[in-house]
Amino acid sequence: MARILPQSKSAAVNPLKSSQPLGAAFAFLGVDGAMPLFHGSQGCTSFALVLLVRHFKEAIPLQTTAMDEVATILGAADHLEEAILNLKNRTKPTLIGVCTTALVETRGEDCAGDIANIMRKHTQQLAGTEVVLANTPDFDGAIEEGWAKAVTAMIEGITRSGERARHPKKIAILPGCNLSVADIEHMRDMVESFGLKPVILPDISGSLDGTVPDRWVATTYGGTSVEDIRELGTAMRCIAIGEHMRRPAKALLGLTGVPYVLFQSLTGLQDTDRFVSLLSSISGAAVPARVRRRRAQLQDAMLDGHFHFGGKKIAIAAEPDQLFQLATFFAGLGSEIAAAVTTTDRSKILKKVPAVSVQIGDLGDLESLAVGADLLVTHSHGRQASERLGIPLMRIGFPVFDRLGSQHKLAILYQGTRDMIFEVASIFQANQHAPTPEALDPLRNREISR
Amino acid sequence: MSSLSAKIKDAFDEPACDKNRGKDAKARKEGCSKSLTPGAAAGGCAFDGAKIVLQPITDVAHLVHAPLACEGNSWDNRGAVSSGPTLWRTSFTTDLTELDLVMGQGERKLFKAIREIKHTYAPPAIFVYSTCVTALIGDDIEAVCKRATEKFGLAVVPINAPGLAGSKNLGNKLAAEALLDHVIGTVEPDDPGPYDINILGEFNLSGEFWLVKPLLDRLGIRVRACIPGDARYRDIASAHRARAAMMVCSTALISLARKMEERWDIPFFEGSFYGISDTSQALRNLVRLLVRKGADPEILERTETLIAQQEAIAWKKLESYRQRLQGKRVLLNTGGVKSWSVVHALMEIGIEIVGTSIKKSTVQDKERIKQVLKHDKHMFESMAASELYAMLSEHRADIMLSGGRTQFIALKAKTPWLDINQERQHPYAGYDGMVELVRQIDLAIHNPIWSQVRQPAPWDCQPELIGELPCTRNETAYLFDEFACATAHEC
Repeated sequence: MARILPQSKSAAVNPLKSSQPLGAAFAFLGVDGAMPLFHGSQGCTSFALVLLVRHFKEAIPLQTTAMDEVATILGAADHLEEAILNLKNRTKPTLIGVCTTALVETRGEDCAGDIANIMRKHTQQLAGTEVVLANTPDFDGAIEEGWAKAVTAMIEGITRSGERARHPKKIAILPGCNLSVADIEHMRDMVESFGLKPVILPDISGSLDGTVPDRWVATTYGGTSVEDIRELGTAMRCIAIGEHMRRPAKALLGLTGVPYVLFQSLTGLQDTDRFVSLLSSISGAAVPARVRRRRAQLQDAMLDGHFHFGGKKIAIAAEPDQLFQLATFFAGLGSEIAAAVTTTDRSKILKKVPAVSVQIGDLGDLESLAVGADLLVTHSHGRQASERLGIPLMRIGFPVFDRLGSQHKLAILYQGTRDMIFEVASIFQANQHAPTPEALDPLRNREISR
Repeated sequence: MSSLSAKIKDAFDEPACDKNRGKDAKARKEGCSKSLTPGAAAGGCAFDGAKIVLQPITDVAHLVHAPLACEGNSWDNRGAVSSGPTLWRTSFTTDLTELDLVMGQGERKLFKAIREIKHTYAPPAIFVYSTCVTALIGDDIEAVCKRATEKFGLAVVPINAPGLAGSKNLGNKLAAEALLDHVIGTVEPDDPGPYDINILGEFNLSGEFWLVKPLLDRLGIRVRACIPGDARYRDIASAHRARAAMMVCSTALISLARKMEERWDIPFFEGSFYGISDTSQALRNLVRLLVRKGADPEILERTETLIAQQEAIAWKKLESYRQRLQGKRVLLNTGGVKSWSVVHALMEIGIEIVGTSIKKSTVQDKERIKQVLKHDKHMFESMAASELYAMLSEHRADIMLSGGRTQFIALKAKTPWLDINQERQHPYAGYDGMVELVRQIDLAIHNPIWSQVRQPAPWDCQPELIGELPCTRNETAYLFDEFACATAHEC
């Protein structure tokens, strides 16, 4: 069981976190016709927007209530009202996802009350647009928490409550924020191959997969439909992926009675086996031949790849569920997790991370803990540490702004695990140190110490 | 907050700015940024603006006193380049948590953070940025900085520009104020000389100032301080001993230039290193100011010789693009100086300008644009995304030059696009920079992808084929398409 080491510094050095409202906006972006709205000053929105654009290389719908000094002192309900009405008129979204920021939360505004008032006052004008609220102050949490809060808010605000007639083939899937576009597309294919009908919330594979629409659209185009969110209660079963998705899964259970199964990770042979068995038992269908084939490919990849993983020291910095996903992947192939850094101590998954300790901290911590490691695993901001330490960097998570195509990288199920084994083995092979007589000299550094 | 309000008021009263002088007292008080519409606003805040101006100072530790988002979502994201120190790319923030806020521990944490940075990194200075939340809870960063300066014996500079104070532009000005109040003039250089100049508002994006500096070196001109591009703290602290200054990005740092003239008698002019004739003019203006301040007039002639040489080389290089770019239509969608200063050179080789944004342009800028464009209608304040998309998808321009904000409008409209704002990958300043810009325009327009991505899918342009096939038999449809590919170019 990993020991959790709390943050002890006053100055965070090279933050690992992106902000909580950004995580909430990210989840809202997985809904069709959506417009996330930051309730705060315009800078909060601008920074998040630029970061999302740098990662996805896409125009990202994201707006702001543009709080100024006056609103900060007198209250910002007017700004929220004006923003919602403006967005409705200009972009006609089906969903406005309000994400609060540190500024408005420090003021202690009753945003839920404000939104209820706004909806009451403009019932007609706002017909056809859902407005949901995620309380996501920047001074708490990071992307994971923001994402989970937004999904919970959508379920609590939109899904029809009460026990409903269940559709025997319908599965509700709640993916964590660490799943890429490719992961979600691949998972959908897998579920459909059992004759099941998945409804995925949020579905960024429909909205952030990078396509060229034939007209200019101001909101998201693609993703989970609001109608599908409303009808989540007719699913047979809910599958949540990542510990942070327990909260929305519980919300769905409480609201509609749909039972959930939670997978902490879908990477690796054993977790995928459990997932495939579950699909088979829900559907009553045999495991399709191509899925069996993928499993055999993964077995072979593990056999070919393990030479490169054994004994390697890996330093990982990621949010809790992604840290767990990656650490179990590397440990499962014989590597040692030499450093594990994460953003918060609240996640239950941290104790299960296969490392001696997990440091709550930043990339500055990663850099000092990773001395002597063979591989750094974190997002693009790890590039400075990688350069200084001379250790290769595997870019994963958010943001990845200095490489293309991170959203189309697969990391789950048989195929994603196979691909990741190849990627890592290739990095190791590209960074091999040729043997030298000095390094191999049996008399070098051989001191008798007791 | 009262000193901040005074600063803001001061920032909005700028005698050196034409636009500002054209307003009455009341309009001036409201500042130069239009008030924001909730739900329809774009752009950064005052903190963003302050950090943009100051962060390229390379050996300073920039510490952001805020909850995570202000720094966590924005660090290491600009294209300025350093020739030495890398500390400016290390991100420091107090990352205030709920507990810090509830317990009122902001100031304590800030002080401890300063101490940690001092011990671990020993920088010549630490810049401390206030933000919305720390302004709201009333943390007195000026007092903390003062105390830290005394205690640790290094410059700890408060940058009082919280986001809620206003726009990015205001933040630029507040950053300049901080430099004037706390940095410039605090160090006496031991080697002042008659050829010392300051460059203000040059950010060294993609290292582009290095395309200009060798020209100054050749003339024997020494850059005392380039603010902020590739700057060192000491350079800026001793910038008050320069003899002349050039101000490059007019909206950002005009107050800095004017106040340095008032305080230290450093005359300045507004100029640009974008475009060939502008670069030449900037060199001329610089040496004239130096001569006025006592430099040997022989430098004037040497400058003309250098200009003549460099211009001839650049025009010769540009001439080779004429054939490929004659008649190509460029849409310039960016603010300020960049708009007009490249226009001349582009037109010189036969490129047409089909429109330009004048959002950030001054009255003079607009006059110059009018002269070169002939039609006023080609000038626009700003264009809605949908309008811009329509214009581009109807191929009313062959390329758009703009900043990242409109990048995807051009790309989704399948139109060539070139980044000429802060995230750009290529240096465009000086004579060589202009040639590079034209080269990049040529590469963008003539990339073979355009004809490919504009081609519709073959099965979408063969209606008779779709009509004949039942929808369910997709596999068969694909087989037919293989045959259709042979004739795809005709559809």
